[in-house]
Amino acid sequence: MAQFTLPKNSQIVQGKTWPKGSGESMKAFKVYRWNPDTGENPRIDTYYIDTKDCGPMVLDAIIKIKNEIDPTLTFRRSCREGICGSCAMNIDGTNTLACTKGIAEVSGDVRIYPLPHMPVVKDLVPDLTHFYAQHASIKPWLETDSATPTKEWKQSPEDREQLDGLYECILCACCSTSCPSYWWNGDRYLGPAALLQAYRWLADSRDEARGERLDDLEDPFRLYRCHTIMNCAKTCPKGLNPAKAIGSIKKMMVERQM
Amino acid sequence: MSNTEHGAAINRGNRPLSPHLQVYKPQITSVMSVFHRITGVGNSIGAILIAWWFIAAASGPGQFDFINGFLTSWFGHLLLLGFTFSVCYHLCNGIRHLLWDAGYNFGLDAVRTSGLVALAAAGLMGVGLLIVGWMN
Repeated sequence: MAQFTLPKNSQIVQGKTWPKGSGESMKAFKVYRWNPDTGENPRIDTYYIDTKDCGPMVLDAIIKIKNEIDPTLTFRRSCREGICGSCAMNIDGTNTLACTKGIAEVSGDVRIYPLPHMPVVKDLVPDLTHFYAQHASIKPWLETDSATPTKEWKQSPEDREQLDGLYECILCACCSTSCPSYWWNGDRYLGPAALLQAYRWLADSRDEARGERLDDLEDPFRLYRCHTIMNCAKTCPKGLNPAKAIGSIKKMMVERQM
Repeated sequence: MSNTEHGAAINRGNRPLSPHLQVYKPQITSVMSVFHRITGVGNSIGAILIAWWFIAAASGPGQFDFINGFLTSWFGHLLLLGFTFSVCYHLCNGIRHLLWDAGYNFGLDAVRTSGLVALAAAGLMGVGLLIVGWMN
């Protein structure tokens, strides 16, 4: 049964407001903090950044906070150009990458939380162990019975096009953690990201394990907890459509029985 | 996979759960979905009431007077009003689900447009039914 409220140890308490300082256009950043070493509940700290003296993206602002105000602020980041997926977080109420979300896109205070309904390692860092295990469970590699060719596995340009809109996924987990169905049943439901990847291999003309892949997904929870809510497609920072990929898997399930 | 399919191994130590419903901005996608679920439950309850009404009518005046009295009270009317709109919404949004199951209506613009159309259609249908009901 879904639990709609936060457990006792997860309820957010009042945090610290850091000195505002002076600048031309100060903007407040309200950031979720949790320190595993203190045993205290999570809190929201408020920082002020002069947006005239800061890069344009939310990631620029939190790096500035870490460099100049509070070095204990913890978050993942790497490429700063939307290709690594490390800085996925909940900004202004939806999941996205901090490096591609402009500060100016947010009116008012910028509220930053870790990806929703995940165990928190520290501050904005969620534990993605289970998410990655689910990805591994769909066997994200080419499965073949045929003898390995001497050169590469060949694919026509048309067959290759079938993978457009699928291969671009960077596994940032924005979609899965935006999905209410994944919130309530994430232990058994694979979630949009893993299912989009599942379809990426189902749709690959070179793969020879389509039947086994579909057998593995034919399950009331793993696949069919998708109720086409579509928060996944709405939030994907890469503009992909996991809901459509899942719909395509469901169609394959029907088609193979006809 | 065996240790991740069941909840126990998911959280290590006393890690808090990050906020979800509390912070996620309502999306037209998820709000319409949760109303589909709520109206589905509402329709089941409404169907039971209507069935009770018919069965009571077939059983005798005593039973009928009881349920008829309840359904024609102001509270009964309120329930039936809600039931009317519930059926209309579930029907219109259900057509979107049929489209999704057939592989259509997945584009973000299409989802938004079809959602607004379903809402408008459900509202018009509900008001229309009320007007027809009033005139008879």
